[in-house]
Amino acid sequence: MRRMETARRAVLVSTFVAAAAAGVSAQDVSFERLRAAAEAPADWLTYSGTYFSQRYSELDQVAPANVNDLQLQWVYQTPVFGPWQSTPLVVDGIMYLTQRPNDVVALDARTGRVFWTYSYATPPDHRACCGSNNRGVAVLGDRVFMATLDAHVVALDAATGAELWDVELADRHLAYSFTLAPLVVEDKVIVGSAGGDRGIRGFITALDAATGEEIWRFHTIPGPGEPGHETWEECPPNPETFCDPEAWMHGGAAAWLTGSYDPELNLMYWGLGNPGPDFNRHQRPGDNLYSDSVVALDADTGELRWHFQFTPNDPYDYDAVQIPVLADIERNGVTLKAMLWANRNGFYYVLDRATGRFLTGQPFVTVNWAEGLDDNGRPIETPQPPGAPTYPGVQGGTNWYSPSYSPRTEMMYVPAWESYASVFDAQPQEYAPGRPFVGGRPRAAAPVADAPTVPGLTRGPVNTWTAAAGSGAVVALDALTGEQRWKFEMTDVTSSGILTTASDLLFTGARSGYFQALDARTGDLLWRVSLGGQIVNGPMTYEVDGRQYVAVIAGSSLSTFALRDRTTRP
Amino acid sequence: MQPRICGPMVGGAVLCLSLGIGQGYAQDHAEYEPADIEYGRSVYLEQCAACHGEDGDAVAGVDLRGGRLRRAALDRELIQVIRNGIPGTGMLAIDLDTAEMTGIVAYVRNMTYEIDVATLGDAGRGRAIFEGAGDCLSCHRLQGRGLRTGPDLTRIGAVRPLSALRRSLLDPTGTMRPIDRPVELVTADGTRVTGRRLNEDTYTVQILDDDARLRSFDKADLREFHVIAQSPMPAYGDRLDPAALADLLAYLVSLKG
Repeated sequence: MRRMETARRAVLVSTFVAAAAAGVSAQDVSFERLRAAAEAPADWLTYSGTYFSQRYSELDQVAPANVNDLQLQWVYQTPVFGPWQSTPLVVDGIMYLTQRPNDVVALDARTGRVFWTYSYATPPDHRACCGSNNRGVAVLGDRVFMATLDAHVVALDAATGAELWDVELADRHLAYSFTLAPLVVEDKVIVGSAGGDRGIRGFITALDAATGEEIWRFHTIPGPGEPGHETWEECPPNPETFCDPEAWMHGGAAAWLTGSYDPELNLMYWGLGNPGPDFNRHQRPGDNLYSDSVVALDADTGELRWHFQFTPNDPYDYDAVQIPVLADIERNGVTLKAMLWANRNGFYYVLDRATGRFLTGQPFVTVNWAEGLDDNGRPIETPQPPGAPTYPGVQGGTNWYSPSYSPRTEMMYVPAWESYASVFDAQPQEYAPGRPFVGGRPRAAAPVADAPTVPGLTRGPVNTWTAAAGSGAVVALDALTGEQRWKFEMTDVTSSGILTTASDLLFTGARSGYFQALDARTGDLLWRVSLGGQIVNGPMTYEVDGRQYVAVIAGSSLSTFALRDRTTRP
Repeated sequence: MQPRICGPMVGGAVLCLSLGIGQGYAQDHAEYEPADIEYGRSVYLEQCAACHGEDGDAVAGVDLRGGRLRRAALDRELIQVIRNGIPGTGMLAIDLDTAEMTGIVAYVRNMTYEIDVATLGDAGRGRAIFEGAGDCLSCHRLQGRGLRTGPDLTRIGAVRPLSALRRSLLDPTGTMRPIDRPVELVTADGTRVTGRRLNEDTYTVQILDDDARLRSFDKADLREFHVIAQSPMPAYGDRLDPAALADLLAYLVSLKG
């Protein structure tokens, strides 16, 4: 034993010397590595896979010809009940995953066995809307970053889960919260606030990854004197209905979802949420910038370079919290730096991401709130009469769940809600700090009186509504024109993101618990498995020891699949 | 004659508590460590004395000095009262970490005992020892610095009672948690790996190796797998004099993250 201890000490000393020389890092996720994530598909380094947020992987081991050999490899179950919206990251075979409310779990991506769990002490009096959701972490160097429900950001040691810093960015009592996976650019950690339905004034903030110190903050609603503030118009002298002279101060425009980044342009793109209150446009006259917009920010300074608003003075909660999908697409010898956007308002847009210029747009689901878009992409509104259904309904033609773009097919794949409408009813509402601030109560349009309608966020194991109230689909669009190439129809609506791969496979889930693989070129169903729980995250893929895995969360379980390995021991 | 507790206070004043008669055992009275009682006194003065008074008898009808409390006969009940408060009374909920709670329970149960150990020294000097002569960062990590061979100590003062920290310094092998025992394993290709276990089941083991990499192994793939009972940490009672040890402890207990 004594000899062993001596040997052990020798090991420690030599380790110390070697480690000190090497700078000691458990991981080495440099900014350069994040930039080149698309070229290293064994890892999944950011929420959307790469900075371009295509949710497309170059892995091709699992292919249409063998997808039926997919076999469950391992399952990780969360002890916490509730919709589980996290997308795992994988770094060198280590998976980093969040679970409700604000846990981070590090596990072996090959076996699912856990290395460590970090549990943030989320205070019970946080007022995060809507549920204790968290969508994942970001990594840089040997650190993992998580944003929390009480508007903090924490940095953890990727090797041990030890907390390195914890900073508070806003007041949780005013319903400020974070539900997104942070974005890392160079040496900064960038987060955006949630809470847009509870009277916050949204912001996007960059922190020093080393210390947590705030570097810049962009308010998503411009203050007095700033360009865009005039779109929160002054109330008329004697308004016919309630008008809020301070609407901009609690006007929402939350940044619920992770932004994208173009390293060449050094621009970050963030989708912003609805103005508040959601449904009563009359008490906040004007276009209400930058609600329902995409903003392009200088990554160094946070300064606004351009913006594009999808739904001015929105009364439908059509927030633009979709993931900005970036793609370089060549047509007729010209490479277009495109931004592809299937919006909650039911229109599909193509923008020039260098300038924000609108290029084209058309509906991808049934739309009747606008008859089309003008030359600048502004909707030509056709408000429906009181009591009449508005298409799409309040959950939108799509929502926060990630679409996918395949550079091989040049198609944009969108999780869509079809033939789904709501009846909107605006009501005046005065702002009360930290309280729900929605200004009305829309209801899903029923096919006949009292018939069950599509539930907004969750479902049980039994469908009592039918496709007559709305249904789900994967819609494949020509990325540059928006023309539909194919559609895969599902009886139930979908809350699942989409993954495509270099073998032209498309993976997506369903609220019903089905996890399915389609042919990305044709939409043909190739494989499915019933996982028994609602899928409300985006499937992702990675590789360990030369083996491709596909992971998806259904209900309380993260399930991981790979091709059958006949050498596996019992 | 009543026993007295005397000790230095902030600003150099001397605190002397006149103590009541009798021995205040709680029904599940365990052994309270002098170090915890000492630390608990400072927590009490900071968190409780404003209402309960330095002597514990300032609230009408509530006398903490006996250690025998109507609503908190058991330590876990006392913890509940401190953590949740008592609705409808002036007793508010107090948010304490593990070390503070352990200390305050120990102190409240033992306000009548004389403490004759000077456990806590100067945290500033303790930090110098931690980073210097103690060589602690050669194995432990603290706020992003140091190696990860041993457990991260960034929040050790919040999660371990002072008494446990003291025992760890004096007898590291005897107090080392089994999961923290170093492991040595040899893979099928003969590679020797050393590190610290994080998780283990029937078929696999997960470790943090000495290069600070998270690694997972199928046990069936290993040629050898040894758990080393001897802690690589030296016993600091042999290396530091009592005053330096007290300084180091003061620093460790100040590490709250």
